Amino acid sequence: MGKRVAISGNHSIAEGVRLAKVDVVAAYPITPQTPMVEKVADFINQGRLDAKYIAVESEHSALTAVVGASVMGTRVFTASAGAGLALMHEIVGVASGNRLPIVMGIANRSLPSPWSLQADHSDSMAERDLGWIQLYAASCQEALDYTLLAYRIAEEVRLPVMVCIDGFFLTHTTEAVDLPDQADVDQFLPAFERGDIYLDPDDPMTINQLNSEATFTELKYRHNEALNSVVDLFPHVAKEFEERFGRKHSLCTAVGCEGADVVVVTLGSSSGTARKVAGQMRADGQKIGTLQVSCFRPFPKQEVIDHLKHAKAVAVVDRSWALGTDGPLAQEVKSAFYSAGLNVPVYNFVGGLGGRDLSEATVKRVIGKALELKEQEEQALYPIWIDVKEEAK
Amino acid sequence: MADLVSKGLTTCEGCGMELIARSILDVLGQNTIMLTPPSCSAILTGFGSETGWKVPAFQSNLENIAAYCSGISVALEHQNKTDINVVALAGDGGTVDIGLQALSGAVERGHKFIYVCYDNEAYMNTGIQRSGSTPVGAWTTTTPGGKKEPKKNIVEMLLAQGIPYVATASVGYIDDFKKKVAKAREIDGPAYIHTFSPCPPGWRAKPRDTIKIAKLAVDTNLFPLFEAIDGEVRVTRKVRKVASIKEYLELQGRFRNIRDEEVESLATDAENYYNKLLESEAK
Repeated sequence: MGKRVAISGNHSIAEGVRLAKVDVVAAYPITPQTPMVEKVADFINQGRLDAKYIAVESEHSALTAVVGASVMGTRVFTASAGAGLALMHEIVGVASGNRLPIVMGIANRSLPSPWSLQADHSDSMAERDLGWIQLYAASCQEALDYTLLAYRIAEEVRLPVMVCIDGFFLTHTTEAVDLPDQADVDQFLPAFERGDIYLDPDDPMTINQLNSEATFTELKYRHNEALNSVVDLFPHVAKEFEERFGRKHSLCTAVGCEGADVVVVTLGSSSGTARKVAGQMRADGQKIGTLQVSCFRPFPKQEVIDHLKHAKAVAVVDRSWALGTDGPLAQEVKSAFYSAGLNVPVYNFVGGLGGRDLSEATVKRVIGKALELKEQEEQALYPIWIDVKEEAK
Repeated sequence: MADLVSKGLTTCEGCGMELIARSILDVLGQNTIMLTPPSCSAILTGFGSETGWKVPAFQSNLENIAAYCSGISVALEHQNKTDINVVALAGDGGTVDIGLQALSGAVERGHKFIYVCYDNEAYMNTGIQRSGSTPVGAWTTTTPGGKKEPKKNIVEMLLAQGIPYVATASVGYIDDFKKKVAKAREIDGPAYIHTFSPCPPGWRAKPRDTIKIAKLAVDTNLFPLFEAIDGEVRVTRKVRKVASIKEYLELQGRFRNIRDEEVESLATDAENYYNKLLESEAK
């Protein structure tokens, strides 16, 4: 059996990297990701992780360097946040387009401007359609477990994975975490094997060259097929994980959704808050459910539909400022509902931006407003900014 | 020796870069990984299912070829594969402009790789736009009145950074270039070779004059040939009789409208720099 430790979210991902026996790490420090890569550097320095650490001169080079190390057939890790992830943007598509099983820790931080050091999902959401798997953890335990799941899934489908944890709310919060034994992890995550593309003088090939319209579409089609296959693969890998480590993980986690008057849909660290508030309200006789979406890419449409189809209303909380339209999570839920012909009202709430706490009070306000809109049979064409101060209006 | 670059490539007639590529692999052989950025050298890396390389190759982005080299080099180190050469073949724009940060970072970290810049003194693959490496007085499509600023000296920047091996070379003196590639291979760290590479279409020059122009650049002292091992400068081709800058310029339509004072400044700068190199050699 493993042991129980008190560690932060950053530290949890670093433990996942250590347990995954990563070979090459390249990273550039940025708040609030810094302690994550410091911890990895520490593990290497102490000899607890036999890896090379490349202290690159930028995030752009961090992702570039791990792409280079990955095509050499090594297991790699990098991490970023906010503007640093935005700087990587160009290489985000290179990593996934070359089908490289890279795992990247994201300490979610708002994109400028205005500058903010703190959490929202605007950074990872800006990368959401570039063909990476995106997992959003709601606890330090999930941060560790998702890192291990990430390597396993990445190497099966040959796609990169972002493991996202909310800046400060998870990166810097200490929680009790069950740390698995190395031997168990080795069973769950076999030694790295290179895929179909590699740079090897004994078997030369040219990688990543220019393509024409004759092949571009087909390559992106296959990329998309591989990404979508994760919806089916994830439950199998999660089942094996549960059998080995005793913890259950899902694409999305529903509590009390069946017949609920309102289901609150969340991503990331606010999921626990939403579950607590909804639980209290259910104890008071109100029918309030929650759905935590853990896997945002690929978006598990059918699972979301199945969990939400018997709800009377859905309140989607986006911790992301998608200006000019719905938040990204609401777009997904509405799209899934429309595709399934569901006529359940979906209300989009934007909140928790730039580190503002998505507090129990805010979740209660979300639920109250959703109940009110449903009661009055009102539509909300654009998102409701639920925690904006009156003075800004 | 087997030819490790295919015949019949679609580089332009008289292309200096192609000669550089062939010469690199003539020296380094099969145990080499080539990287090219989006640029003329990407022609060698190929299109669709075709490639010009018979060694493994990777197409980088424009600004990060040295960062790819970093990751590849460190992975090889981790795998104890120390006999594989990692080579970047990038143009001047991808090196002295947009690629400078990644190059400087990779050099500072000391990774083992060879960076060959083919300097054709402008963005040629996009159709002749000025780069930091374009010389004074040269016409490009974005300097229609001729470039006003002098050429950026990347080699001095790398020397200042303490790179273990740096050299200039010219396709006009290909044996000298090959010797430098062979030396670069032996360096346990980053090695950089800045190679003068005429571009007939971009320079409005005759393809048959590529070698002649490349020799003249050296013989006029506009592009002196030297190397520095751990900062020890050695001029590898001493110019006994300085050739005519006028002749050099007249072979290239890009200098058709160069002003007299610009010719003057080119000549003065060339003389001063060459003398400075000789002085540092003497030290």
